[in-house]
Amino acid sequence: MAELLQYLFAGLTSGAIYALAGLGFAIIYNASHVINFAQGEFIMIGGMATATLTAAGIPLPAAILAAMILTMLVGMALEKFAIEPARNADVVTIIIITIGASIFLRGAAQVVWDKEFHALAPFSGETPIRILGATLMPQSLWVFGVSMAAIALLWWFFNRTLFGKAMLATSFNRLAAQLMGIGVKRVLLVSFALSALLGAVGGIVVTPIAFTNYEAGIMLGLKGFSAAVLGGLGNGMGAVVGGLIVGIAEALGAGYVSSAYKDAIAFVIILFVLFFMPNGLFGKKGVDRV
Amino acid sequence: MLLEIRGLSSHYGRIQALDDVSVTVDQGELVALVGANGAGKTTLLRCLSGVQPISAGSIRFDGADITRTAPEKRVALGIAQVPEGRQVFGPMSVDDNLRLGAYRRQGRQMADDLERMYTLFPVLFKKRELPAGTLSGGQQQMLAIARALMSNPRLLLLDEPSMGLAPLLVAEIFAVVQSLRGDGVTIFLVEQNAHAALTLADRGYVLETGSVVMTDQGHALLADERIQQAYLGL
Ligand SMILES: Nc1ncnc2c1ncn2[C@@H]1O[C@H](COP(=O)(O)OP(=O)(O)O)[C@@H](O)[C@H]1O
Ligand SMILES: [Mg+2]
Repeated sequence: MAELLQYLFAGLTSGAIYALAGLGFAIIYNASHVINFAQGEFIMIGGMATATLTAAGIPLPAAILAAMILTMLVGMALEKFAIEPARNADVVTIIIITIGASIFLRGAAQVVWDKEFHALAPFSGETPIRILGATLMPQSLWVFGVSMAAIALLWWFFNRTLFGKAMLATSFNRLAAQLMGIGVKRVLLVSFALSALLGAVGGIVVTPIAFTNYEAGIMLGLKGFSAAVLGGLGNGMGAVVGGLIVGIAEALGAGYVSSAYKDAIAFVIILFVLFFMPNGLFGKKGVDRV
Repeated sequence: MLLEIRGLSSHYGRIQALDDVSVTVDQGELVALVGANGAGKTTLLRCLSGVQPISAGSIRFDGADITRTAPEKRVALGIAQVPEGRQVFGPMSVDDNLRLGAYRRQGRQMADDLERMYTLFPVLFKKRELPAGTLSGGQQQMLAIARALMSNPRLLLLDEPSMGLAPLLVAEIFAVVQSLRGDGVTIFLVEQNAHAALTLADRGYVLETGSVVMTDQGHALLADERIQQAYLGL
C-alpha cells in the first residue's frame, strides 16, 4: 500500500509536467495543425535559465520571471522567423522545421550555457512529508500545485475570455474566424507564446527534482507528445489526463517491473494509441463536423 | 458608391476563377449576383473579404482602396460575410458564436446587440447555450446571419443563404433578408436561386464562368428571356 502510494506520488509529479507539455502541443496544434517538436526545448530553456541565473546569485523569483520571459520570447521568435515565413508550406514541412528548430535550440543552449547538468534548490526545503507510510518531497507539491494552477488559468483563458474563445474558434474553423475579423497570425503567435510559457513553467518547477542540461527537453518533449496523442491531439483536457496517465504508468512500470523500462513506456503508449485508437481517448468526433 | 469592384481577376493555381469582374453596390442597395454552380460567386465574395488572392483589378470600399487590406481590417471597416455552408463554430455555444461575431467591436454595446439578435431570431435565444453544431440547417443559417450582423456591418455579403434548405425555410431566410434591407443594411446577395434573389434585388448581375455577362434592374433581369431560359427554368 505504502509502495503503491509512493509510485503514485512519483507518477503524478512527472505526469503533471507531461500534462503541461502535452497542453503545449495541443495549443499549437489547434492554432495551426502543426506538431511542434521544439516543445521539449521550451521546458529545457525554462529550467536551464532559472538554474544558471540563480547560480549567478539572482534571487529565485527574479530568475523565474526572467526564465519565463526568455522562453516566451524564444517561442515567439520561433513562430515569427521559422513558422510564419513557411505558412504556405504543407503541414509536414512545417513539422520538419520544428524538428530543425529543436536541434538548433539544443545547440544554442550548449553555446549559451554548457553541456553540464545544472541543479536548482527545491523551493521550500527538502524535509519529506510522510503520508500513510509513503514520503512526498515538498517540491512534488510545487510541481503538482503549479501545474494544476497553470491548467486552471488556461481553462479560464480559453473558456471565459473573448481572445481565448477566438483562438478556439480559429481551431474549429479558420475561414470563419477570419471572416469574424480574428487576426489568425496573432492567434498563431500567441499560441507559441502560451506553449513556450507552459513549457517554461514545467521546466522551472521540475528542475529541483530532475536536474537539467541542454538535452533535457528531448525526453520531456516526447512524453508530452505521447500525453497529447493519448488524450486526442488538440484536446486540452485530454492532454492533461493523458499526461497524468503516462506519468502514473511510467512510475508503476518502473516500480513493479524494472526502472530500465521507464522511458520505454511512453513510446509503447504512443505506438498503442497510433495503432489502435488514432483519435486518442477523447479525440474529436461528431459535433464540429456537422 | 459604397463598394466598387473593378476589373477583378482571381486564380486557384493556374485555374482562373474570375476574369475582369466589375460590380458596384450603392449605399442602402440590395444587389444580387446570380450564376450557376462553379460560376465564381464564392470566389468573388472571398476576394471581397480578403481571404482569396487577387491577380488583377481593385476593390474600393467607401472611397478607400482595400484591394490589399488584411481580412480582419475589412471586418473593422464594416464588411461582414455570411459564408457559403454557414460555417458556424460547431462545438461552441450559440451565444459564443454571436459574441465572436462582435470580435472587432469588443465590449461596446455587446449586451444590447445580443438582445437585438435574440429578438430578431427568437429560436436562437431558446438555444443560446447549445453547441451551434446541434442546430438544424435553417437555424444555423439564422445564426450565421446574426453572427455577421453582430459586427454592425455597413455591407453584408451573403453567400447562398438558401442552399440546402427546405422551401419553407428558404422563404423564411429571404424574409429575413428583406427585413434587413428594410432596416437600411446594404446587402450583396449571391445566389443560385436566381428567382428569389432577383425578386428581392434592386439590381442584379449574372455571372458565367468567371465573367459578368449581364446586369440590369432586378425585375428587368427576371423578365429577360435569356435569364428565364438559363436560370429560371421557364
Ligand atoms: N479551392 C479551390 N481550388 C481549386 N479550384 C477551385 C477552388 N474553389 C473553387 N474552385 C474553382 O473555381 C471556380 C469557381 O468556384 P466558386 O467560386 O466556388 O463558384 P460558385 O460559388 O459560383 O459555385 C470553379 O471552377 C471551381 O471549380
Ligand atoms: Mg459558391
